[in-house]
Amino acid sequence: MRVVHPSPPEAEVVTLRKPVAGGVDVERVRCDFPILARPVRGKQLVYLDSAATTQKPRQVVESMARFFDQENANVHRGVHFLSEKATASYEGARDRVRRFLNAREAREIVFVRGTTEAINLVAFTFGKQRVGAGDEVLITAMEHHSNIVPWQMLCEERGAKLVVAPIDDRGVLLLDELEKRIGARTRLVAVTHVSNALGTVNPVKRIVELAHARGVPVLVDGAQGAPHVPADVQDIGCDFYAFSGHKIYGPTGIGVLYGRAEHLEAMPPWQGGGDMILSVAFEKTVYNQIPYKFEAGTPNMAGAVGLGAAIDWLEALPREEAWRHEDEVLAYGMEQLARIPGLRIIGTAPDKAAVISFVMDDVHPHDIGTVLDREGIAIRTGHHCAQPLMARFGVPATARASLGIYNTKPEIDALAAGLEKVRRMFA
Amino acid sequence: MSSELDDLYQEVILDHGRKPRNFRVIPDADRQAEGLNPLCGDHFKLYVKLDGQRIQDIAFEGSGCAISKASASLMTSAVKGRTVAEAEQLFARFHTLVTEGPDKVPASELGKLAALSGVCEFPTRVKCASLVWHTLKNALETEQKVVTTE
Repeated sequence: MRVVHPSPPEAEVVTLRKPVAGGVDVERVRCDFPILARPVRGKQLVYLDSAATTQKPRQVVESMARFFDQENANVHRGVHFLSEKATASYEGARDRVRRFLNAREAREIVFVRGTTEAINLVAFTFGKQRVGAGDEVLITAMEHHSNIVPWQMLCEERGAKLVVAPIDDRGVLLLDELEKRIGARTRLVAVTHVSNALGTVNPVKRIVELAHARGVPVLVDGAQGAPHVPADVQDIGCDFYAFSGHKIYGPTGIGVLYGRAEHLEAMPPWQGGGDMILSVAFEKTVYNQIPYKFEAGTPNMAGAVGLGAAIDWLEALPREEAWRHEDEVLAYGMEQLARIPGLRIIGTAPDKAAVISFVMDDVHPHDIGTVLDREGIAIRTGHHCAQPLMARFGVPATARASLGIYNTKPEIDALAAGLEKVRRMFA
Repeated sequence: MSSELDDLYQEVILDHGRKPRNFRVIPDADRQAEGLNPLCGDHFKLYVKLDGQRIQDIAFEGSGCAISKASASLMTSAVKGRTVAEAEQLFARFHTLVTEGPDKVPASELGKLAALSGVCEFPTRVKCASLVWHTLKNALETEQKVVTTE
């Protein structure tokens, strides 16, 4: 759906995988995911729920097994061999993330549990420092609950106001309306890069320009952005960028908060404990440097290693081509689903990635999900942790098919056939 | 189509889902409760008119999946005219039916509710089938409350 990806040079692309004509070798990509070959309810699995969590390539699983089998020890503590090994692997993963986000320095990368924790961290450190009574935090109508509730909690505590920029009927953010809402009391703009429920890709670079012109910092929720569109924090210019490992082919329980070094330096610690201190006396504790100041306690070491391996795996692909393949499957899916009588697609922004949300006349999404499940097709049904957005479109829930690099057009055909079955059944 | 799916979406269920019985408001209800399944967005309001310990009239409105709506339709039909104690007994039997299966409850004790027996093969749908029963329990126990299945 996006036409923003520049064409890669024809012959000069250096890859570990042989690209087939016009794109990535999806069959070879699929070979890295043993789970995709397993039957489900006697049918071939069709996994269309990657926005909830992606499947993991064997390289990720193997990297974590290798960490436990060969390197496991606590990081940043021991003088012994294994602790050095574990620390090197953990910090190596941090540097891979830095490279992936094109951050200036590895110390701008804080490991957290996931996007939700990253946003909470910012709300309750940076937010607490900056947001006072009468101030405003600006979000958009398409945010996930994790980019709503922490700000709501902060605003409630501070007597501040949560302001929401509206979207149109296609699910496109109204940039003029957003701009109007950046006022003298706006202390932060928090916006999603890609909507998990609609697939809308937001013009985050432009949003940052608008906010920075008024001296307002911007947090970008990259949970769906990092897996599907370029996430170059220097290019975007954002102050914070958050994403989750498990939505980008890595493990659960590990995520990333990128923050500009000057912000992280100025922020108070969030949780207290080991590893986040330089010295502790009962009279006074001296906090560690960034990013360790924000990583209290023994971190998810194997998770970080797995995330590093997921990034390696992604970077070994011809990434532009992989994204283009995803966009082609998305465009094909939008086209095929639009043909089904009584089916309405929710979210038709021109710039869109990896998500097709829809409702069907007289059939509740939950029933759609159950019937498809018996065909081996996994989709998500419900409010997608975006209840205000569901209310905006006047539906209690939607069915959502979401894509990963491994999905194919024949899988879309299977989905369309399954939906025909649903229609016949409930007609 | 799998036979389990046929068992779940029996004709009775599809019929009650499409044309729910007792789908209306009782303006002078004695008891009222809301049932909410935040996971899938099912949302019902239940109205009960009591005559002493007897359920004189019962109705519901709202939106939800075919299973939750059919269950609400069947439940209201089944308990209308019964005593509160009988309704509670029926809930216990119904609960066994949808969690443990039809072998555990004699069909004669369930009447039309037996149409929901297929639910036991779909653990994620048990909540849908039982939402309105939990709502009834709440309505009978308290004046007004929102119940959720989460």
